[in-house]
Amino acid sequence: MLTVRDLRVTYHSGRTAVPAVRGVDLDVAAGQRLGIAGESGCGKSTLASALLRLLPPGTEVSGEILLDGEDVLTMSFGRLRAVRWAGASIVFQGAMHALNPVHRIGRQIAEPLLLHRTVPPARVQARVEELLAQVGLPAWRANSYPHELSGGQRQRVMIAMALACEPRLVIADEATTALDVMIQAQVLELITRLTTERGIALVMISHDLSVLSSTCDRVAVMYAGRIVEEGPAREVFTSPAHPYAAALAAAFPTVGDEASRLRPRGLGGDPPDPAHLPPGCPFQPRCERAVARCASTDVRLRPAGAGRHAACVHVDEEVAA
Amino acid sequence: MAKYLATKLGAVTFSLLMVLFSAFFLFRLLGGDPVQNLTRGREVTPEQKAALRRELGLDRPLYEQFLSYLKDTLSGDLGTSFEYDQPVTELIAERFWPTVLLTGTATLLAVTLGLWLGTRAGWRRGSLFDRSQVSLALTLWSAPTFWLGMIMIMLFAVMLPMFPTGGMVNPRVAPGLLNEVLDVAHHLVLPVLTMTAVVYAQYLLVMRSSVLDELGNDYLVTARAKGLRDDLVRRRHAVPNALLPTVTLVFLHLGGIIGGAITVETVFSWPGLGYLAYEALRAPDLPVLQGTFLVFSAAVVIANTAADIIYRFLDPRVRAA
Amino acid sequence: MTDGSMTEDNVAHGGAAAGSAPVAAPDGAARHEVTTKAASIAWRRRRAALARFWREYRRHRGGVVGLIILAATAVIALAAPVITDPDGLDVTKATGGVLDPPNREFLLGTDEQGRSVLLLAVWGARISLLVGVTATLLAMVIGTLVGIAAGHFSGWLSAALMRITDWFLVLPRLVLAIALAAVLGPSLLTIIIAIGLTSWPGTARVIRAQTLAVEARPYLERARALGAGHWHQMTRHVLPNVMPLVLASTTLEVASAILSEATLSFLGLGDPSRISWGTMLSRAYGSGAVTAGSWWYLLTPGVAILLVVLSFTLCGRALEAVLNPRLRGR
Repeated sequence: MLTVRDLRVTYHSGRTAVPAVRGVDLDVAAGQRLGIAGESGCGKSTLASALLRLLPPGTEVSGEILLDGEDVLTMSFGRLRAVRWAGASIVFQGAMHALNPVHRIGRQIAEPLLLHRTVPPARVQARVEELLAQVGLPAWRANSYPHELSGGQRQRVMIAMALACEPRLVIADEATTALDVMIQAQVLELITRLTTERGIALVMISHDLSVLSSTCDRVAVMYAGRIVEEGPAREVFTSPAHPYAAALAAAFPTVGDEASRLRPRGLGGDPPDPAHLPPGCPFQPRCERAVARCASTDVRLRPAGAGRHAACVHVDEEVAA
Repeated sequence: MAKYLATKLGAVTFSLLMVLFSAFFLFRLLGGDPVQNLTRGREVTPEQKAALRRELGLDRPLYEQFLSYLKDTLSGDLGTSFEYDQPVTELIAERFWPTVLLTGTATLLAVTLGLWLGTRAGWRRGSLFDRSQVSLALTLWSAPTFWLGMIMIMLFAVMLPMFPTGGMVNPRVAPGLLNEVLDVAHHLVLPVLTMTAVVYAQYLLVMRSSVLDELGNDYLVTARAKGLRDDLVRRRHAVPNALLPTVTLVFLHLGGIIGGAITVETVFSWPGLGYLAYEALRAPDLPVLQGTFLVFSAAVVIANTAADIIYRFLDPRVRAA
Repeated sequence: MTDGSMTEDNVAHGGAAAGSAPVAAPDGAARHEVTTKAASIAWRRRRAALARFWREYRRHRGGVVGLIILAATAVIALAAPVITDPDGLDVTKATGGVLDPPNREFLLGTDEQGRSVLLLAVWGARISLLVGVTATLLAMVIGTLVGIAAGHFSGWLSAALMRITDWFLVLPRLVLAIALAAVLGPSLLTIIIAIGLTSWPGTARVIRAQTLAVEARPYLERARALGAGHWHQMTRHVLPNVMPLVLASTTLEVASAILSEATLSFLGLGDPSRISWGTMLSRAYGSGAVTAGSWWYLLTPGVAILLVVLSFTLCGRALEAVLNPRLRGR
């Protein structure tokens, strides 16, 4: 129900143009779960914001974002505001600042309900309590302010809020990153359970490939504004085709798996500056398996197995082999 | 909460005592010999001076003088005016309400105008509206208040005789409550415009700053993602948060308003406390000067405390602490 | 943080230059050479930092305009005795009519005693600027001393200084200034003192906060460990880092001081024998120029004050924006 075609996002700060997303294609079917993995600066958060046209004014966006057939990028403002939250909603990271500090929780959850008229005004209060119960918070919490809740509780409020208008798609942008490991597991479980129960599609963005591999059906790895590998989540994690995906997978040892702990880890160098990308494959300066071709050809996604793609020259040989 | 108020009360009392002491220090110690001041320009023999000194208690040790001064002031006796031969307290009571009328009206107007324009300007930072508002505010802020008053008089009372050149009432106005009220209102226009013009600029700049501070916050993105219209995002989310520090500053700025009141009342011969202070300056009438000093300072102390308390009530994060 | 990279650089290298490279030189001449080299490096860095600062400042149009106006005003004010004939200020030698509108002889008209308003405005600039700058300097010196001391020393001295500062802050500025000026008698010095004594507490507070922030930095700990005494710490380390803030603050204070001078003079607390823009306005008011519609007499000193105050404000805001990147875009 979500189709992204050749999405390009370029920020303009002063006189520099910073291409944050350089041609991304995505497909998410109804009820499916897609993970997007990558380090900071790869463009994944920009991608998330772009899906609902939440980028700052002056940002150049091109391509197609089809939400149930309608192109978000060419919608009228009125239609866009109607689609926001009711069609697709976002769970932001670090709900510390994503919630308004001077409004009570109940009011903030009720706000989209009233705006989109999901339920008649008389039923709003009951619905808010329902939502809070679904995320495991007591009804009286509706009267609390954000600063009175813990990080995990605030994230749960964000989830409740995101589900309020029964959207068809939920985008979780680093929804568990700032949390303690135990809370992280709880919140993840909540998100996956609630979206599965309701058949809501999920796009989950994280830098933790191991988490994505266990919660999502498919995963796409981003680097320097492009997708460099995508395929079934488990497969990409256990046998990555792209060297960067391999490094990312290795960075997060699977708990309980002895072998993963002993694997060589770490990646030298820094992520590239989006304003000054190296020629050819953007990963080539840090890649162990780089060859001469990598710096001269613009490496695009190519088939790397059943339902898998990767943007690496070595894939061609491996597939042929 | 009760403990907090009790602490505040203690602080206010202490500050007011400091004000009393400052007044004593300034006017009794620095002000020179009161007998000298009283008898300035009059033919007085040394014996008469000595008798006067005994009468005023000036031959007693300083701390005794201070104590009797404290006693007198706290029981409402602020001495007798040199010029009017009336108790100072009476004079102050007479002139109190005109000042409140003038400063109250001007403050209300200035706050409303300043906050409204400041919000709009900050929301659309860098726009023509923003830049023109800031330029205008800075220019008006840079002009001496009394000068603006004189310009107003020259333009709208002399060259275009639409308003009176001064005073609060026209002695020849037809009797009747409505006539009297309209008469005062007619006299009020120019002074209020003058004061408002200078004061609103301060509030505009402060509110704009506050809004700019809020602009980067995540909860605004959340609000937009929910599908809220831009002006609702501004009014419902940004403004309540931006108002918090502004409210405090509005109260703290009362000192500046009082300064403005003194000069504006003088220019327009508005029969308030400011004009009284000016007359006392010219005479010189030390008891009245001291009395007005006390009243002004006390008002500012109380306003500052009110600012703290109100901020506490408004900000839910501080309320809990 | 408010400090630009230039100040930390300066401190690091100024300190090095002052301490002198520990060179095991056999003769004094070689050691002197090393010290000079270190000093010249420090100077070059300072010049580079200044160039950087100027480049950044230039981007703020308001600040540049303000600077031009101030420079022009300063030049006119300083050159007044040279470019004009001070005789025109003498009441007994005035040749114009009473409150004449602008004409060919008197470009900005005459005052109630027949003197040229333009001439008065030029000479008035001298006093207004003098008072504004001097009073602010007084306030800044006191404020900086108190602020740094209160931030650097702990214990009873700091507490006492803050109590005194708070005392002044409780009383409304203009009211206190009027009271002071009233009891001290009308004179130029009175106004300077009145403004200076009422402005320093605001600065002291801000500087104390900045001092506390600076003192928490590691290189100050290092300086202390190396045996730097209080005076050395405060002047060599804290002061250079606090200076940028002081500079921006000072500029804005001068704007405020000039307005205060105008107000105090208008209220009759200034020296009646001196001409300042404030006394001009006071006389305009007193001589009925307002009701007579003598707009030239009213507009000239007022617009002068407005332009100068606005210029200082613009410069101050630009300085703040340059020195505190967080404020850029305001």
